[in-house]
Amino acid sequence: MEPFVTLTAPAVPLDIANIDTDQLLPARFLKKPRSAGYGNFLFHDERKPGFPLDDPAYAGARILVSDRNFGCGSSREGAVYALVDGGFRCVVAPSFGDIFAANAAKNGLLTVTLPEETVALLRRQLQATPGTAVTVDLPAQSLTGPDGRVLSFAIDPFKKDCLVEGLDDVALTLRQQGAIDAFDREDVVRRPWVVPAEV
Amino acid sequence: MTAQPRSLFEKVWDAHVVATRPDGQALLAIDRHFLHEGSFHAFGMIDHAGRKVRRPELTFAVADHYVPSHSRSRPIADPEIANMVTMLEANAGRHGLRHFGLHDPAQGIVHVLAPEQGLTLPGLTIVCGDSHTSTHGAFGALAFGIGATEVSHVLATQTLWQRRPKTMRITVDGVLGPHVTAKDLILAVIAAIGADGAAGHVIEYAGSAIRALSMEGRLTVCNMSIEAGARAGMIAPDDTTFSWIEGRPFAPKGDLFGRAVEHWRTLPSDPDAVFDREVTLDAADIAPAVTWGTSPETAVPVTAVVPDPASEADPVRAGQMRKMLDYMGLTPGVALEEVTIDRVFIGSCTNARLEDLRAAAAVLRGRRAAVPGLVVPGSVPVRMLAEAEGLHRVFIDAGLEWGEPGCSMCVGINGDLVPAGERCASTTNRNFPGRQGPNARTHLMSPAMAAAAAATGKLTDVRKLGVS
Repeated sequence: MEPFVTLTAPAVPLDIANIDTDQLLPARFLKKPRSAGYGNFLFHDERKPGFPLDDPAYAGARILVSDRNFGCGSSREGAVYALVDGGFRCVVAPSFGDIFAANAAKNGLLTVTLPEETVALLRRQLQATPGTAVTVDLPAQSLTGPDGRVLSFAIDPFKKDCLVEGLDDVALTLRQQGAIDAFDREDVVRRPWVVPAEV
Repeated sequence: MTAQPRSLFEKVWDAHVVATRPDGQALLAIDRHFLHEGSFHAFGMIDHAGRKVRRPELTFAVADHYVPSHSRSRPIADPEIANMVTMLEANAGRHGLRHFGLHDPAQGIVHVLAPEQGLTLPGLTIVCGDSHTSTHGAFGALAFGIGATEVSHVLATQTLWQRRPKTMRITVDGVLGPHVTAKDLILAVIAAIGADGAAGHVIEYAGSAIRALSMEGRLTVCNMSIEAGARAGMIAPDDTTFSWIEGRPFAPKGDLFGRAVEHWRTLPSDPDAVFDREVTLDAADIAPAVTWGTSPETAVPVTAVVPDPASEADPVRAGQMRKMLDYMGLTPGVALEEVTIDRVFIGSCTNARLEDLRAAAAVLRGRRAAVPGLVVPGSVPVRMLAEAEGLHRVFIDAGLEWGEPGCSMCVGINGDLVPAGERCASTTNRNFPGRQGPNARTHLMSPAMAAAAAATGKLTDVRKLGVS
């Protein structure tokens, strides 16, 4: 996974609440192999005239600023692949679908949660001055908006470490091998019905 | 000294913590891992890293998302779709996993099949690369959807790193009115708290209206927890749960079943358990519901009118309402019961169990559908039981198609699509733009309400059709 440390890039505002993963990646593209590249599928059916991602004023955007409940719905990790392959490294919103946010972190896509009014102000600023760069500093947990104001955000420390270091968490888990083996040995005594009989 | 009172969720969580990190992350042991055709990314990841499946005996593969709803005697015509079904079989075979394939007598939607086969049990941790894994919480299991990278992690380690979610109890007391179902109840909950109302929380559903639900109804409620943004939804196991499980193929048998029940009886929340958030609803206030927009949170009683963005003070919100109404082709102020539909779909992991098909058939018995429609049972066993009762004849005589089990038109990736611009009365869980096909318009509702809409060709209050 590509580590995420700092990023300075244009940001594109998207005034839509409840952007679901079906919109991010329509289901018919789910059968495509990862090697196909998912960037062309991003928001495939939303690409109508006036869609901000196609506005030349926001060309080169690597940060998406949206509304509440971004990435709700299906657990498809392909929604994250579509954003990452489409050039995005960061999404800012008042709230995220839990599964989307977990998938994002596994693929080096940072999700920044800020209060609803703050995000709404950011979107208005980006609409007023399209193409302005925004800076995200993950170790400092700060985002510098188009007006130069520095905003702090909270993030799960584990998620932050994994993103900053680009960690593969299976490798991390395998360090707990002894604890997993011990759990399994004790659990089969405690709850012998858990492993189903052969049918 | 007495022990700290704990909730159902806390008891299940605590029993599965293998290790904790100083930052609060817990490594959770996973008891059941279900896979469907979409798992090919995850198999690719473990194969690439040269890792094996750690616990094949706890891992089950089910073909449901891409399987055809029409005849299964011929090969699948679309090579890309056929490849998804055969790839799952190949991956399951290579790793020695039990595979419920296209021609298996137990085949069905994973969230219908697993409870039916006795794979879903109280107190288990259950994951699947599908957001509707929350369904299994109906048994008092902690069950949630995960993405492909997490699927690969569970395949390799049978564990998952998680931060302990917050807890929310939703209490629904009272008695649901005639023709008001579990689907109407959960739509009312989502409308009340919003599509992100339970983000970061595990919901426990409680109260007399929940206790009175059948297992089928409880599965419907927990299924749509994700549509309120919840990590999971749970219902305390009780005698309804235990008698449903007993005798199912993979369920514990004999003395082991008795020991399991004894343990399961300790799982319900302690009387003084504390939740981070409490929400209460009165069952008597819940009406047969339909959605008008492109989020499940737009559920309203079918007797309502299409809302007017002009009455919304926030200009961004008003703009979002206009966008939804434009997509749905609806005019503010029009009575929902005046809205004509083009087709119906009765099926999905939300509403394709025997009880659902009985409710829809009760409305359609002796009636002709005014629009075309598709009825897809949740599993082969559901299909057989429905046919034994003659339910398929009711649907066929009404002019609807009777399909083979799978996800079908809920997600549309097996080729079952609502044509662009058409309006579908659907028993599914998502009315997102494009969910049932590009530019398809979805109204979510219960099986009885979808059957009523089929009978009249309009969104219809099923209570007005005189069905006993």
